Amino acid sequence: MYDFSKVVITSSPHIKSKEDTQSIMLDVLIALIPSLAVSTYIFGFRAILMTVVSVAACMVFEAIYDRIVGKPNTIKDLSAAVTGVLLAFVCPVTLPYWMLIIGDGIAIIVAKCLFGGLGKNFINPALAGRAFLLASWPVAMTTWVRARSSVGLISNSTEALDAMTSATPLAIIKGTAEGELPSIASMFLGSIGGSMGEVSAIALIIGGVYLLVRKVITIHIPAAYIGTVAVLTFLFPQGGLGHLESMLYSLFGGGLMLGAFFMATDYSTSPVSRKGQVVFGIGCGLLTVMIRYFGGYPEGVCYSILLMNTTVWLIDKYTRPTKFGAPAKQKKEG
Amino acid sequence: MAYTFRGGIHPGTKNDPGFKSATNTKPIEVLKAPDKVVLPVSMHIGAPAKPLVKKGDIVDMGQMIAEAGGFVSAPVHASVSGKVVDVVPMLHQNGSKVLSIVIENDHEDRLHESVKPKDFESMSNDERIQALWDAGIVGHGGATFPTHVKIKSGIGKCDTILINGAECEPYITSDHRLLLERPEEIVEGVRYLVKIMGVKQAFIGIELNKEDTFAKIEQLLAGDPVIKLAPLECRYPQGAEKQLINAVTGREVPSGKLPADAGCAVFNVDTAGAVYRCFAKGMPVIRRVVTVSGSAINEPKNLEARTGTCITELIDACGGFKSAPNKLLAGGPMMGVAQFTTDVPVLKGTNAFLAFCEDEDKRVENPTCIRCGRCVGVCPMHLTPVYMNMFAARNDLEGCEEYDVLDCIECGSCAYVCPARIPLVQQFRVAKMRVQEKRKAAAAAAQK
Repeated sequence: MYDFSKVVITSSPHIKSKEDTQSIMLDVLIALIPSLAVSTYIFGFRAILMTVVSVAACMVFEAIYDRIVGKPNTIKDLSAAVTGVLLAFVCPVTLPYWMLIIGDGIAIIVAKCLFGGLGKNFINPALAGRAFLLASWPVAMTTWVRARSSVGLISNSTEALDAMTSATPLAIIKGTAEGELPSIASMFLGSIGGSMGEVSAIALIIGGVYLLVRKVITIHIPAAYIGTVAVLTFLFPQGGLGHLESMLYSLFGGGLMLGAFFMATDYSTSPVSRKGQVVFGIGCGLLTVMIRYFGGYPEGVCYSILLMNTTVWLIDKYTRPTKFGAPAKQKKEG
Repeated sequence: MAYTFRGGIHPGTKNDPGFKSATNTKPIEVLKAPDKVVLPVSMHIGAPAKPLVKKGDIVDMGQMIAEAGGFVSAPVHASVSGKVVDVVPMLHQNGSKVLSIVIENDHEDRLHESVKPKDFESMSNDERIQALWDAGIVGHGGATFPTHVKIKSGIGKCDTILINGAECEPYITSDHRLLLERPEEIVEGVRYLVKIMGVKQAFIGIELNKEDTFAKIEQLLAGDPVIKLAPLECRYPQGAEKQLINAVTGREVPSGKLPADAGCAVFNVDTAGAVYRCFAKGMPVIRRVVTVSGSAINEPKNLEARTGTCITELIDACGGFKSAPNKLLAGGPMMGVAQFTTDVPVLKGTNAFLAFCEDEDKRVENPTCIRCGRCVGVCPMHLTPVYMNMFAARNDLEGCEEYDVLDCIECGSCAYVCPARIPLVQQFRVAKMRVQEKRKAAAAAAQK
C-alpha cells in the first residue's frame, strides 16, 4: 500500500513556468546594473549611495504601508526595489538625500500603495515621484554636474557645484541653456551631464537587450517608442542640426532609452496586448517629441509616459485581440 | 515546413523539451492482465452505459457487458474473461463513485464469439458506423467523445479528416510510441475513416518532437491520394481540436461551434488504431496504452493495460514511488485531473498517469496580478485572461461574458505562464459555470 498522505488536489494546470514576479523584478534590477556602473564611473560613488538609499527608502515605505493597512508584506516581490532604482536614476546625482527620500515616499505610498499596490497603480511610481520632485524643487532637480567631477558622498556642497554645473544636451539643442554640444559618441557612452541613470545610452541598451532576451519585456513598446522619436526627429530637425544629427541627439540625449526600455514597459501601467503596446509606444514617442519641441521643458520622456499611462485602460479596451473564431472574422473570410 | 497556430506555450526545459525524455524511447510494455478489472459504465462523454450482466455471470473477453445508454453514449466490453463478481458503484477518476462491473479474471482470455474480422467492403455505411459504435470506440485523446456520433454528424459537412498525433501535453508519450511501433494500424484506421466519411483529404498531424515516426508513416502513405502527413511545430495546445484544425488547414472553428462547422473531423491516432482493430480483428476497446511518468515514479514506462486495470498495478510495474507523491494525475499535467489515490481503474481515455514528488504547481498565498500581459500573448483562443480574471474575481458575470469567458478551452497556457501564480483556469471554470447557470435561469424565466 502506498502513502498518499502528502497528496494534494488542485485544479489544472499542474505545472508552472519558472518565472515568477520576484524573478522578473530581479531581472529588471540586473538589467539596470550596466547603467549604474557607468553612472558610478561618471559621477563617483555617490551614484551608488543614492541608489542604495532610494531602494532602502522604497522598501521601508512599502513595508510600513503594508503593516499599517494589515496587508501581507509585499517587499519580497522586489517591485519596490525596482522603483527605488528607477527613481534614483531619473534624478541628478547632486540631489540631497532627503529630497530623494520624499520622492520615494510619493512614488511608493501615493502612486502605488494607495491604488492597491503592485499591478493596480495606474501611473508609473518612479515617474510620479520624479514629477513630484521636479514640481517641488525645480532647481535641485535640474542642477547637472559635468561628467567626472567629484561630488561629495554625503554633502553635495553647493558652492563647489555652481562652478561645475553643466547643461544637458537637450537643453542646449532647445536653446534654453548655453553650452557646447557634446559629441554623439560621448552621449552614446555617457560622459555627459544629466540624470544619474540616463547618461549612457549604450549601458541602457545592453540592459534592454537583456530584458528582451530574458523575455521580461517584448520589443513592441521600446521599438514603437524609439522608432517614433527617431522618425519624427529625423524628419523635423531642431536647433539647426542636420537630419541624422538631430535624430541621434534626440535618441541618445535625455531619458529616452531609460524610458523606452524600463519605464514605458512597466507592466502595471502599459497595455496588455501587443497591438495596444505598439499604440502606447507610438503615443509616448509623439508626446516626447512634442514636449521637447514645443513644451516648456527640454525633456519630455517623464511626462509623456505619465500621460500615456492614463490612457492604458482606453487602449486596452480598443485593442483587445479578436478572439479565435469571432463572427466578424468569419464573414470577412467567407 | 511545419504547421502551427498563434499563441501557446513550450513547457519543459532546454534539455528535456515537453518533459518527454523519461519515456519517449521506451517501447510499449504489455502489462500482465490483472486478477480483477473494474469497468465503470461511464468511460465516455454522454449517457452512462446500461449493464447487460449481473453478479455471477461468466463473461468472455470482448463481450459487450453494458450497452449504450443513448445515441451519445458507448457500450462497455469485458477486457478479460471470467466471472462478474459485482455490479456496484466504485471510485472513478472523476472523484465520485460510478456504477462499475467488477470481473474476476480466470486468466483464460477466452475470446467472445462476436470478436471476428468484419468484411468492411460489403458493409453499408450505416453498418460500418454501427460496428464502430458496438465496439465502444470513443476519442482516445482523453476527451472520450463517442466516435460514431462524430462520424454521423460529420458526414456531408466535413471535407477533411485530421488525425491528431500532436500529443502536445507534457510527459505523455503513448501516442508517440504507438505511431512508432504500430503505424500500420493507425494508417489503415485512417483509410477506413476516409472511406466512411467520404472526405477528399486527410492529414496525420504529428509534432516535430516525434520526427522519428515520419519515415515509416510516409512510406505507408506513399502514393495515397488522400492522406498526407502534416508535420507540426512543437507547441502546446496544438492537440486541442480547434488549434489543430487552424494549424493544418488555416480554418477557424466559429465561436461556440463544432469542428464540423469548419468542415473538419478530428480523431486521435489511437482512435484510428481502434477503428482498424474493430474492422480487421473485430476487437472492441479493451486495451489502452498509458504513459506512467513524473518525478515520483521510480521507472517511468509506456504500459499497455486492459481497461479496468487498477492504476496501482501500473505503478507497481514501474517500481513504485521514489518517495511519497505530492500530486497524482490522470492525464497530462496541463489538463489532467488530480487524484487522491491510485485505486482507480484505467479508462478508455487514460493516456497517462503521472506522479510528482515536489510541488510542481507552485501555489502561492495572495497571488497578485502584475498585469504583465503574458496570458494575453499565449492564449490560443486570443482572449484576454487578465481582464477575464479581474471580472471573475469580483463575480462580474456580465464582464466575464463580454470578455468571452465561454470561449476559454481551459488549456491552462495562461496559468502556466502567470508569474503571479494566479489560478486562472480554476477561476474561469467557475465563471463559465456561473455564466451558463445565469443563461439557463434567464431562458427559464423567458419561457414562463
